Amino acid sequence: MMKLNINGEIHSLDADPEMPILWALRDILKLKGSKFGCGKGLCGACTVHLNGQAIRSCVTPLAAAEGSELTTIEGLSADGSHPVQQAWVEHNVPQCGYCQSGQIMSASALLADNAAPSDSDIDTAMAGNICRCGTYPRIRSAIKRAVEIQEAK
Amino acid sequence: METISQVNRRQFLQFTGLVSGGIMLGASLNAAGQVNKLIDVPPGTPSEALAFNLFVQISPDGQVYIVVHRSEMGQGIRTGLPQVVADELEADWQRITVVQGLANNKYGSQNTDGSNSIRDFYSKMREMGAAARAMLVQAAANQWQVPVQECFANQHKIIHKPTGNNLGFGDVVHAAALLPVPKLAELTLKSSDDFKYIGKPVPVVDLQNFVTGDTKFGIDVDLPEMVYASIQRCPVVGGHLKTLDSKAAKAVKGVLAVLTIEPTPLPAAFNALPGVAVIANNTWAANQGREKLKLEWHTGANGTHDSDEYMETLKKSLQSEGRVVRSKGDVDKAFDTHTHHVSAQYTVPYLAHAPMEPTMATAVVNEQGIEIWTCTQNPQATRDAVAAKLEVAPEKIIVHVTLLGGAFGRKSKPDYAVEAALLSRQLGGKPVKVTWTREDDIQFDFYHAISAQQYKAALNESGKVVALEGRTAFPSISSNWSLDANFASEGEVSLGFVDMPFELENLRLQTHRAETHIRIGWMRSVSNIQHGFAINSFVGELAQAAGRDSRDMLLDLLGSERMIDLSKSGVKKYGNYGEPIEKHPLDIARFRAAVVAVTDSAGWGGKTAADEGWGLAVHRSFVSYVAIATRVKVSKGKVDVKEVHCVADCGLVVNPDRVEAQMEGAVIFGLSIALMGEIKVKNGAVVNSNFHDYPVLRINQAPAITVTLLQGSEIPGGVGEPGVPPVAASVTNAIVAAGGPRIRDLPISGHLLV
Repeated sequence: MMKLNINGEIHSLDADPEMPILWALRDILKLKGSKFGCGKGLCGACTVHLNGQAIRSCVTPLAAAEGSELTTIEGLSADGSHPVQQAWVEHNVPQCGYCQSGQIMSASALLADNAAPSDSDIDTAMAGNICRCGTYPRIRSAIKRAVEIQEAK
Repeated sequence: METISQVNRRQFLQFTGLVSGGIMLGASLNAAGQVNKLIDVPPGTPSEALAFNLFVQISPDGQVYIVVHRSEMGQGIRTGLPQVVADELEADWQRITVVQGLANNKYGSQNTDGSNSIRDFYSKMREMGAAARAMLVQAAANQWQVPVQECFANQHKIIHKPTGNNLGFGDVVHAAALLPVPKLAELTLKSSDDFKYIGKPVPVVDLQNFVTGDTKFGIDVDLPEMVYASIQRCPVVGGHLKTLDSKAAKAVKGVLAVLTIEPTPLPAAFNALPGVAVIANNTWAANQGREKLKLEWHTGANGTHDSDEYMETLKKSLQSEGRVVRSKGDVDKAFDTHTHHVSAQYTVPYLAHAPMEPTMATAVVNEQGIEIWTCTQNPQATRDAVAAKLEVAPEKIIVHVTLLGGAFGRKSKPDYAVEAALLSRQLGGKPVKVTWTREDDIQFDFYHAISAQQYKAALNESGKVVALEGRTAFPSISSNWSLDANFASEGEVSLGFVDMPFELENLRLQTHRAETHIRIGWMRSVSNIQHGFAINSFVGELAQAAGRDSRDMLLDLLGSERMIDLSKSGVKKYGNYGEPIEKHPLDIARFRAAVVAVTDSAGWGGKTAADEGWGLAVHRSFVSYVAIATRVKVSKGKVDVKEVHCVADCGLVVNPDRVEAQMEGAVIFGLSIALMGEIKVKNGAVVNSNFHDYPVLRINQAPAITVTLLQGSEIPGGVGEPGVPPVAASVTNAIVAAGGPRIRDLPISGHLLV
C-alpha cells in the first residue's frame, strides 16, 4: 500500500510503484483533470507539480511521489482563482481545452519560480507543452497578465 | 452494483413519462404537435424542463436549456450556436444551460466538419429561438388577455408595452409549451441592429471548467465496472493477423483478457482495423500487457508501399495523360506563341491530424441496448458504423458526444467506436474504454493525402501571364469506399484547384492518376492544403520571373472585380462547399479586399533587415476568404517565422473572439504543416510514432499573429478551416524574399533548420 499526498489529502493506493502517476490519478483516484497526450514526456498534457516543480506525470512512476506533495489542476486553487487561471479566463485562452490543465500547471510552476519572466523565459518554460489548437499567442499574453494579477495580490 | 444499462433504463422511464404527458413538441417547425422520442431530450436536461422545439427547453424556474447538436472541438460551437438561439429568444445569457445532443437524425447533419456548423445552422437556430419566443409572448398575451402585438420579449421577460406589466419566461412556460408551434412564415426574426449576442465576443460556456480541469473529454468517460482496452493493430492496410502468442501479456498484473478484432474486407471505410486488444483493469496495465504480445502479420498487397518511392510515382503520373477538369482558351497555342515559360513542381507529404486527445471511445453492448460515449465529430456516422458492424438497427444505439480534445477531421471517422463496441460485445456487455496511445494516433490515422502538382505559365513581354496549366495528383478520400477510385474526386478538385481565381485567357487544369495504399482522410481544409500551397507559391515564382512585386502580381492575376462563373470554362460540377453559387459566388472583390487589407496590416513594401523578408498568399475555402502575410528571418540555414498577419473575410461572424482564435490556431496548424509535417511510410507501415518524430509547432516556434476580420457578406462562411491553406506558401514565399531558397517540397525542415 502506497501513501500519496495529493492536493493536500493523503491517499492510500494499492498500485504498482512503477505505474506512472498519470494513470494512478486518472484510473484509480479518478482525478481526470491531468490529461494523456503522448506517454513519453513529449507534450506536457499530463503536467502536475511535485513539490512545486512541474513534472510530466505520464513518465514519472508513483514511487517518485511517495513522501512528496503532488498538486494537480484540481488542487491548484479551491475555486479557479489562481492568477494563472484568472488570466486564462480573461484572455479566453482555451480552444478545445484538452492541453490547458497541463499548460496552466506549467505556467503556475514558472510563476512560482520566477515572478517576472521575460518573453524568452516564458517560451523556454512552456516549450514542453504542446497545444495543437494553437493557443500559444494567448498563452504568452495570459502569462504576462497573470504576473500582473499575482503582483497585485 | 447497479449496471449502467439499469441506470439508463431508469432514465428511459423518466423521459418516457415526460413524453406521455403530451408536453414534448415537434422536432421541426413544420411538424408541430409531433411527439418526440426519448432520445430528443439529451441527458443534462432536467425532467421539469418543457420542450418548445428540438433545440429549446425551458424549466419553470426560467432556466433555458439549449441543445447543441454539433461537436465541440475547440471552435467554440457550444457557445456560437446557443448565442444565436439565445439572441432570437431574448434570453438572458446568464440563464442558459448548454446541453449536448445525442446522435439524432432529427437535428439534421451532426457531422461537425467542413466548417459547416454556423453556415448550415445559423438560420435554423434563429428560427428555433424566434419560435420559442413567439410562444412565450403569445402565452403572456393570453394570460393578460391583450393583443399579442402589444407584447414583446426582452431579456428573459415578456413585457406588455402599454402597461409595462411583465412576466418572466418561467411564469408562462407551462402555457407557452402547450401552444401550437408557429409556422415558419409567421416567425418574426430580429433586426440585426437589435442583436445582443450575435457578433459579440461571448466567452465560451466551458471556460471556467477548462481552467479547473473539470471537463469530460472522450478519455474521461468512467462507468461502473468499466475495463480498459489497448489495441495492437495491423500496421498495413489490408493485412491481417498471422500468429499470436498472448501468454506473456496475460501474465501482466491487471490484464483480464486478450481479444482479437477480425479484419473487414477492403475498402477501409470506417471499419475497425484488425488487431489484438489487451483488456485490463487500468490503462497502464493494458498498455503493459500489449507490449508483451508476440505478433506476426500478413501484410498483403500494400506491404510494399513506400512514401518516398510513391512520391516519384506521383511525379511521373503528372507527365501521363490527365483528366481535364477546367479549360479555357487555347493553352497549347499560347505556350507556342509566348516563349517565356515558368514551370515548377510542388509536393506535400502525408500528414497526420495529431489532436492532443487521441481517439477514444467507451461502449456498452448488451441485451438492454447499445450505448457509446465518445469524442466524435460525427455521432450519426458513429451510430451507423456500429449498427452496421453489429447488425442492429441504428435506432437501438445511443451515442453520447463528449468534448473533443482537438479533432481536425480525424474524429469524424468512427473506427475507434466500432472497436469499443466489438470488444464490449465480446466481453458480454461490460463497459469497455478503448484508449488510443499517441503511437496509435500517428500510425493508424486517415492521413492527409500525399500530393504532387505541376504548374506552367507563359508570360508576355510586359510580364503578364497569358496562359497557365496546372496538374494535380493525389490519392483520393473516395478510396475509403471504392477500391477503383484512382483519381481525385470532383469534390476534392473543388477544394482550391478547379476554382483557381485568376483572370486568364488561357487556362487548363487537370488531374492525374494516383492509387491508394493507406487510409486517406480529410484533415483541416483537406485538398486546399496542397492547392493553396502550390498555387500561391507559383504566384511568387511568377512575380520573381517577371521581376515584379508579388503583391502586384497577385492582384494582377486576380484581375477585375467580378463573380467567376466556372461553368463557362468547362467545369461540370463545382462543389462550392455545398453552397449554391448564387448565395456564395466566387467573388474577386473579396479576394482583393483581403489581399489589400493584409498587406496594409503588414506594412507591405516597408524596409526589412537583409536576412528578413515578407511572403504573401490568399485563398478561398469553405466560402471564406483568407489572406496571410508572413515575415521570416533566414540566417545560417535556419528559418524563424517572426510575424504573421491574417485577414479573414468569413462573412457574418457570430463570435468574433472565437473566429480570431480559429485564425490564430489555423496559422499555427498551417505552420506545423509548412515547417515540419511529414508522415513517412515504409513497407506499408507508418514510420513515425510520437511527437519526437512527428513534431508539431511549439510555443518557442510560434510567431506573433495579428488577425483582422472583414465582413464581405451578410451570410456566414466557414471559419475552422479557411485559415490553413494560405499559410505554407506565405512562409515559402517569405523565405525567398529573405534570401533563402525556393522550397517546393514540404516540409521546410527538409531544407532548412526550423
